[in-house]
Amino acid sequence: MPRLRLAVFKFASCDGCQLSLLDCEDELLAITDAVEIAHFAEASSTLAPGPYDLVLVEGSITTAQDAERIQEIRKQAGLLVTIGACATAGGIQALRNFADAAEYTRAVYPHPDYISTLATSTPIAAHVKVDAELRGCPISKESLLEFIAATLAGRAPVLPARPVCIECKSRGTVCVLVQGTPCLGPVTHAGCGALCPSYRRGCYGCFGPSETPNTAALAARFTALGQTPREIVHAFRNFNAGAAAFKRESEANEHKTD
Amino acid sequence: MQQATAAIRVLAPEALQDLISALAATRVVLGPVRRDGAIVYDEISRLDDLPAGWTDRQEAGQYRLEPRTDAALFGYAVGPHSWKQFLLPPREVLFTTRQTADGLDFLPPPAEERTYAFIGVRACELAAIAVQDKVLRDGPYADTAYAARRENAFIVAVNCGTAAPTCFCASMNTGPKAAAGYDIALTELLDGRHEFLAEAGSEAGEALLAALPSRPASAGDLAAAEAVTVNTAAAQTRALNTENLPAQLAAAANHPHWQEVAQRCLSCGNCTMVCPTCFCTTVADHTDLTTADAQRVRSWDSCFTLDFSYLHGGSVRQSTAARYRQWLTHKLSTWVEQFGTMGCVGCGRCITWCPTGIDLVAEATALREAQNGNS
Ligand code: SF4
Ligand code: SF4
Ligand code: SF4
Repeated sequence: MPRLRLAVFKFASCDGCQLSLLDCEDELLAITDAVEIAHFAEASSTLAPGPYDLVLVEGSITTAQDAERIQEIRKQAGLLVTIGACATAGGIQALRNFADAAEYTRAVYPHPDYISTLATSTPIAAHVKVDAELRGCPISKESLLEFIAATLAGRAPVLPARPVCIECKSRGTVCVLVQGTPCLGPVTHAGCGALCPSYRRGCYGCFGPSETPNTAALAARFTALGQTPREIVHAFRNFNAGAAAFKRESEANEHKTD
Repeated sequence: MQQATAAIRVLAPEALQDLISALAATRVVLGPVRRDGAIVYDEISRLDDLPAGWTDRQEAGQYRLEPRTDAALFGYAVGPHSWKQFLLPPREVLFTTRQTADGLDFLPPPAEERTYAFIGVRACELAAIAVQDKVLRDGPYADTAYAARRENAFIVAVNCGTAAPTCFCASMNTGPKAAAGYDIALTELLDGRHEFLAEAGSEAGEALLAALPSRPASAGDLAAAEAVTVNTAAAQTRALNTENLPAQLAAAANHPHWQEVAQRCLSCGNCTMVCPTCFCTTVADHTDLTTADAQRVRSWDSCFTLDFSYLHGGSVRQSTAARYRQWLTHKLSTWVEQFGTMGCVGCGRCITWCPTGIDLVAEATALREAQNGNS
């Protein structure tokens, strides 16, 4: 059986999702019979040329060069899979989409003329066809392994888009929202195993919107718990600020007065 | 069932330590403990593990613990956990397959070696276990793993001395006094003393009770215990009028009220997860990276997900209104046709643990009234 040729490419991102892949080294080394890691700059300086069977793309598009580079990568990719909040929704850097990027550049850099950047941070799917996405900030090792195992076996991966609450209750965690702590779990895509509520924190929405997120009802609940519109904007304007449902909800609260 | 008043005894609280120790000799003993600001069910070994002197304050979408003024061991209503998590675990491997030179080996899951003792099972929870027995064990396709765990479980029930505002067992005829399905039932007596009235409900219960330090119950003890559950029932503020409710909900299928609830419903599935009768699961196959081993895993599912009603080409219940209607009408209407009882025992968990506080009693009542107004 020919080995699955795997490549990893990075755009605007922090590398955290790629690190999840490195975190799988024990598992992946055990299957080098089945997978050839052809191009993974973070793991090896030997970078084999394409085409690749499976391309994992981390990061968002924030420069004109990157907008061109992703087109070339798409041509080399059998399956192109985006990994993480940056690649699937534009990441935390998509906060620029709500502001004036040029003004920020002037405020932050002593020589803004050295900076060449787009006015927006956009997900990979805004530029090329994406075959699958793995959510999270960062992605979970388990979903990555599940995706690769499913691809090897020729089956559909089991990565349900249901809310975090189902994972939260399945592990027996006591709901922090019902105890008064704002939590994005009811509108957030499962996959982390409800990590934050298990540490008595509300969910931050790392995995982006769930399949049918009723963000307005959750925002109303946050208001009843005493959150200001500004706090609600901040809750939804996070790593997944650019994801459609979260973007809509943050904008709906933006012009409400505190 | 139990008739011998000889099997009704009065115990000092310390005798419950003997009860726990006796059960722990052969079983995993599970009972209420205080953790993360809630009363949850977990392994216990000592009387001190029980949440002495604590109670809960529950409302739709709200739960807090508060100290009591006494040292009651069972002075609270049901919390976020239920015994379902032990009898029908959230995740269970059904079998493993292994590729071999000449085919495929099917390996059953390791046999469950633990047998359980549940301490502090409330009347509504006994009713819920009976509902799940009917669904999972007593039908034509018995779930053997469930049946085995159920068969071996020793149940110490507690007749409720406190109801939460979310409790409505009295109106559902499921509590607050345990009617059947226990090995021993306790009533905590706090009328100027701290003792327990204990009744055996099975031979095993009777034998165990006989081994505990106790005294026979007097007529006064029996009356005191009776008063506890009568008062608890009288203190309930929520009630569901079930008369003709299944037919009325069925007739309300297209009522606009479902859309109104959907505005508030997060479709998060919390109600189904906490409900002690909800039994829906999904089955998924997982292969490992070598593709030589595969596992079939069953896990809790919810009718509030899109996948739940996914048929070829898409989900049948796309809207939240359709999913809420499926859930409520199953609990209170179609369950009756299917299994001969309601799928709701009045424990109130779905009301407390709904993040937006949607109240099954209020919604069913609103639909009934709307229906009455329409006809
Ligand atoms: S803590 Fe958050 S994720 Fe967990 S059940 Fe509550 S709302 Fe859902
Ligand atoms: S529907 Fe609600 S009140 Fe009824 S048994 Fe389930 S959780 Fe309890
Ligand atoms: S519903 Fe009834 S039996 Fe259940 S906890 Fe409340 S009072 Fe007790």
